[in-house]
Amino acid sequence: MSAILPPTERLWWKHPLDRVEGTWIAIAFVWCMIMFFMMIYWHIYGKQNLSTETYKTTTELFASKTQAMVDKYTVRTETDLETPVVAPPPGSDVYMIARLWNFWPILELQNGQTYRLHLSSMDYNHGFSLQPANINIQIVPGYEHVVTIVPNQSGTYSVVCNEFCGIGHHTMVGRIYIKGETGNVP
Amino acid sequence: MSHKTTYRTCPRSGLQFESQAEKLVLANAVAGVIFLLIGGILAIGVVLTRWPTIHWLEASTFYQVLTAHGLDMLVFWIIFFEIAILYFCSSTLLRCRIATPKVAWAAFALMVIGSVMNNVAVYQGGSSVMMTSYVPMMAAPSFYLGLILFAVGALIGCFVFFGTLVVAKREKTYQGSVPLVTFGAITAAIIAVFTIASGAIILIPTWMLSMNWIEHVDPLIYRVIWWAFGHSSQQINVAAHISIWYFVAAVVFGAKPMSERVSRGAFLLYIVFLQLASAHHILSDPGMSTEWKVLNTSYFMYFAVLASMIHGLTIPGAMEVAQRAKGYNKGLFEWLRKAPWGNPSFSGVFISIVGFGFLGGISGVMMGTEQLNMIIHNTIYVPGHFHATVVVGTTLSFMALTYFLIPVLFKRDIINPGLAKWQPYLFGLSMYFFCLVMMGAGTLGVSRRHWDMAFSGAALAYEWPGAAYLMMGLVGIAGIAAITGGAIYIYLTVGSLLWGKRIAQTKISSEPTPIPVGAPSAAVQTYGSLGFAAPGTFVLAMVFLAAFVLYYFINWKYLSTLWGLS
Repeated sequence: MSAILPPTERLWWKHPLDRVEGTWIAIAFVWCMIMFFMMIYWHIYGKQNLSTETYKTTTELFASKTQAMVDKYTVRTETDLETPVVAPPPGSDVYMIARLWNFWPILELQNGQTYRLHLSSMDYNHGFSLQPANINIQIVPGYEHVVTIVPNQSGTYSVVCNEFCGIGHHTMVGRIYIKGETGNVP
Repeated sequence: MSHKTTYRTCPRSGLQFESQAEKLVLANAVAGVIFLLIGGILAIGVVLTRWPTIHWLEASTFYQVLTAHGLDMLVFWIIFFEIAILYFCSSTLLRCRIATPKVAWAAFALMVIGSVMNNVAVYQGGSSVMMTSYVPMMAAPSFYLGLILFAVGALIGCFVFFGTLVVAKREKTYQGSVPLVTFGAITAAIIAVFTIASGAIILIPTWMLSMNWIEHVDPLIYRVIWWAFGHSSQQINVAAHISIWYFVAAVVFGAKPMSERVSRGAFLLYIVFLQLASAHHILSDPGMSTEWKVLNTSYFMYFAVLASMIHGLTIPGAMEVAQRAKGYNKGLFEWLRKAPWGNPSFSGVFISIVGFGFLGGISGVMMGTEQLNMIIHNTIYVPGHFHATVVVGTTLSFMALTYFLIPVLFKRDIINPGLAKWQPYLFGLSMYFFCLVMMGAGTLGVSRRHWDMAFSGAALAYEWPGAAYLMMGLVGIAGIAAITGGAIYIYLTVGSLLWGKRIAQTKISSEPTPIPVGAPSAAVQTYGSLGFAAPGTFVLAMVFLAAFVLYYFINWKYLSTLWGLS
């Protein structure tokens, strides 16, 4: 007769359902299905879905691809570290290295244009946390993750590392500039 | 096997304790509480550093303290206490001797050695790798070895539990099916076996890597398998603390499950689907396919969420039915108003149920939605969520259970019942607030596991909005209030164990008294309204659903304003 005693009716699984339970199970089940199909719906109609395009890579390979982009499209350098600011043309492949403890290089992109952003790490796990938009993507060493992005607002964005990567973790901040029309682009 | 042991019947609760099982429950529970104490002291360092105006510890000390806090709380406190619960739910509730007590003591010894070894490794420095210890960041070999020994001990403990079930069945100490609470404990133990096996699969090679015996552990595979340990271990907690909710409903109200079939069916859904949640941590990772993410993160179409929503209704529902049967039958909520709010076992469990559902459950589903994860992943929203599930859900339930166990198991009166009456409110409600402001800061993007939100020394610092600083300040204040509540719990538990007035025990026998066979009760409920046995609970459940639906779509709206991503 109680949850701490064996059920008194040996055939407890034949015990009828109370109406309150049956109703709630039906409602909860419908809600669960809505939540499940919402994810699929968003893959078809939504505009924010994380790409799964991934390649195995090495630090040397990824660094050389990034260097090639930097050599070709650097427009200026910033900060005492002379970090290159790179402005590749719309539609192109852009690279960002995550390493102890910076993101390299700085990207300068056009609002409303599409880019293929390649992310990888040279050492530990890092986090790509785009602020203030608040888009967060894990960066795993040995894997090159290609995310197609379409910035929708111009301004200065920061890339904060939000995966713990050692004592200098809090100094690991990168930058992306979005140029062009201010305000939202549909 | 010799059966020379004694059985004590508690004069207050009527529960029967076999002497070996009793000592094992006590030892494991006390070991757990010691780790709660250590983890609580470490929590002071964590919150006072993340409180921006105080920013107390140096970076290296902060990461060290945070690593130890995570391990001591999420692994050692909880699993020690869970082993105690497993022994209690088998030997005590089924009124039988515990299987292989010597093996159970060996398991306990392994767990103690492992947990101490792991803690020492962290305090020595050089192992500040966080609880998750993602490769290729390496800790000292003893860090991994300690975890492995602890896991092996816990695994043996699970098998002692299964063995005890066999003993009870064979020695016929009960008739029919096991009680629902024991069924919940079986669920927890089955999940634990899966969890600990996953931990071993990934931690053993990582330990070998730290010994330079092997050269490489893939960082992504590590994350996927580690989380089958890391997340699933929290699912053991869910099964365990829900069992405690049923237990407390039974002992405080004499409540019987509304329907055995529904409650056990919901536990069964946990066994089948809960382990898939490893995917929650990989949603923003490269490498795994969308199909894998969607199917796993939703526990196969949200069937485990369905199970939690069922328990969330049936437990308060059972309380309501029991209260209505006692005559508290006026309106929708008289049963709740007249509940024993001064009994810390009840208030703790009730605060736990509400907080686990509204704060932990809803936020968990947000984070576990594939696309929504991108606006939450690795922000401080994540610890906001899991403090609502693990601290409000599990830890507070364990505290509530402790207030029941002090007289029953420790055989002592609680030293300061007035203080005990307030402790669940102070701890639980400050924890509610703590979780809410962490989720608020996380919604603004603030990172978890981050020493300095001002980014001192960074070449390209980012400035968080003032609201984020305000939220993190409130995290500090709420954290200190919650730690105070935790300290009161430790004081009451340890103090009662040492100085509480002894409760005289008279009934000790050398043979177990089997559980008497109860008479079948009339099945149909005659209380409530509209044919609903628990209309008040149903209204509360609909409030929960409304909050859930609203918040769910607010997050989608927020996501839709972001950069296009494909």
